[in-house]
Amino acid sequence: MELSLRLAHLYPKQMNLYGDRGNIICLRRRCAARGIELAVDELEVGEPLDPTGCDLVFIGGAQDREQRRVAADLLAAKGEALRQAVDAGVVVLAVCGGYQLLGRYYRPAAGEDLPGLGIFDAWTVHPGPTAKRFIGNVVVRWQGATLVGFENHGGRTFLGAAARPLARVIAGYGNNGRDGTEGAVQANAFGTYLHGSLLPKNPRFADHLIALALARKCGQGELPLLDDALEEQAHAEAVRLAVKKPIFA
Amino acid sequence: MTKLVAGLRTAAAVSTAKLAAAFSRRLGLGGGTALPGLMAEAVAPGLASRLVAELGRGCLLVTGTNGKTTTARLVRNIVRAAGYSPVHNGAGSNMMRGITAALSEAADPLGRVPQGERRLGVFEVDEATLPEAAEALGPRVIVFTNLFRDQLDRYGEVDSVAALWREALAGLPPAVTVVLNADDPGVASLAEACRGTIVFYGVADTACAVGGLEHAADARWCPACGHEYAYSAVFYGHVGHWACSTCGRSRPAAQVEAVRVEQPAAGPLGVLVTTPVGRLELSLPLIGLYNVYNALAAAAAAVALGVEAAAVQEGVASFTAAFGRQERFEVRGREVQTILAKNPAGLNQVLRALVAESGPKNLLFLLNDDIADGRDVSWIWDVDFEMLAGHTGLLLASGRRAADMALRLKYAGLDPDPVLEGNVERALARALSLTPELGTLYVVPTYTAMLQVRRILARWGRRPQFWEET
Repeated sequence: MELSLRLAHLYPKQMNLYGDRGNIICLRRRCAARGIELAVDELEVGEPLDPTGCDLVFIGGAQDREQRRVAADLLAAKGEALRQAVDAGVVVLAVCGGYQLLGRYYRPAAGEDLPGLGIFDAWTVHPGPTAKRFIGNVVVRWQGATLVGFENHGGRTFLGAAARPLARVIAGYGNNGRDGTEGAVQANAFGTYLHGSLLPKNPRFADHLIALALARKCGQGELPLLDDALEEQAHAEAVRLAVKKPIFA
Repeated sequence: MTKLVAGLRTAAAVSTAKLAAAFSRRLGLGGGTALPGLMAEAVAPGLASRLVAELGRGCLLVTGTNGKTTTARLVRNIVRAAGYSPVHNGAGSNMMRGITAALSEAADPLGRVPQGERRLGVFEVDEATLPEAAEALGPRVIVFTNLFRDQLDRYGEVDSVAALWREALAGLPPAVTVVLNADDPGVASLAEACRGTIVFYGVADTACAVGGLEHAADARWCPACGHEYAYSAVFYGHVGHWACSTCGRSRPAAQVEAVRVEQPAAGPLGVLVTTPVGRLELSLPLIGLYNVYNALAAAAAAVALGVEAAAVQEGVASFTAAFGRQERFEVRGREVQTILAKNPAGLNQVLRALVAESGPKNLLFLLNDDIADGRDVSWIWDVDFEMLAGHTGLLLASGRRAADMALRLKYAGLDPDPVLEGNVERALARALSLTPELGTLYVVPTYTAMLQVRRILARWGRRPQFWEET
């Protein structure tokens, strides 16, 4: 294959809550279908990130225990490189816990704030163990279309002036259950609470990420269309499930 | 006087439960397994504690992510072979109300359990219900199978389940024996919270080992020091011979151990087990190494109860799979095999067992997202469907989240392309019509989809429905 992209997958062993891997599987197949080879570098704790050696970066979510371990490494070993990569226009997708870690800080229910990378002008506050966890199917409006997924988070994320929301909530909770925003965008970095996995059921968003990475690398990001009938059907069913009033709200 | 009132109240509650069960069956609403317990608890709170005290042999609890039902059923058969008369929540309702219903069923209308001296409670318990059940029932033995990610939307994180268990164990009297899976580090490390006797079980036969950790492995890090475990053998998921090179924690020695495992393609499983009461040769009409672990857990439970070796062998040999877990049906000249799978580790084990047999498999995957299945279906992306490449004949996806399942199969790059049919009955009919005569159709459902399949097959005239089984 003449075209190739490199993706750095941060902490695939530790940050791999429910289905995060589906995003990598999806990107790889959708690239391959266009004759683009997607090489994936898996970077664990202690392994450095080369900001000039990747076109895409992915980081998923984790349980609290793993997230703490990763937060320290992210600041110490990879933070500066990741900031450089974002400044250089590298495409970043951060889901759930990864999204929180890329904000300015995470304020747990008790104890001190955990510093984040500040790639997103956003911060996350956990309102305490008795607060309602945001769990359920979610559908949001993104660029005149919809994104679908499942969310499961206790933290509430708020955006500062420099961050744009990725999308607007149609059904579900999104960033904080209050202001109707979901996710964050800064440069080519995208943060979101949607998993499910996110990309397979949102092929347009998957292609958007691939096209951005390709445009940056080759100056041309036009992608031939694929037969997405099954993807669109799964998407439409997920929209229907999310919009339908849940039995146990 | 208060005693009399309490007695009347117990009797009223038991009668309520019995009536509700009969009514529920009569109406064809199902096994009447949860509703009667719920109603009885409303009439007399604490009924389960009072009834369990009537059981002369006490009770045993089985919990864990996968294998609860099969293990509890094996224990039930074993203790029956040993001459006990088990009280068992066999219809799969594993919350307190299901246990209360089983106890009410066993009691007479006055709330006494006849032949109490021979009776032993064998209860499957939901992971999150374990603390409540242990407190209310005062078990002699608690068996833990394994700990994997399952329904994160319902149970919270894997770590919180482990923390819940540790807390429950630390509060138990030392007389309680705890049976632990030595090969699952998340379960084995519960030993540190136990105050009484522990019986470990595990697999010694490293010929069963696979190449390395699967994606579905959850307990990769030592909870004590945070370092990654090193494995000298991985059997499935994160189950294997583990050790932490930093703090020195490692797989404990197992008193009940499979020294040789034979897994012929068509079954049954043959397992040679060493135990403190002698060697056992177990023959189990199931497939998959995970069922070897279920048999070991049951054998270890029997050891903890003081059951003799002969009864263990007899009990395991008399085993038939619990409803829907692994069943065979003859339908329209085809064989239908249903194999329940509800989380990544479990489904990986099912797939591994399927590809171990030669020849293309006709497969129908059923994915639902009801509360009992977990509403979040993203777990299917943690399953290694890619291993089916070259092993699929017919490939169908159905259930409430059929399109999600079909999409997962598509992205696994399988040939032929998956067929999507959302309606389960139509999907079954279609899959059967596409399965060649005398061929086998493998149906792999999530929990509520399995119940649907059973109802459909019953309607088509196959098999009694599950509450009529014993």
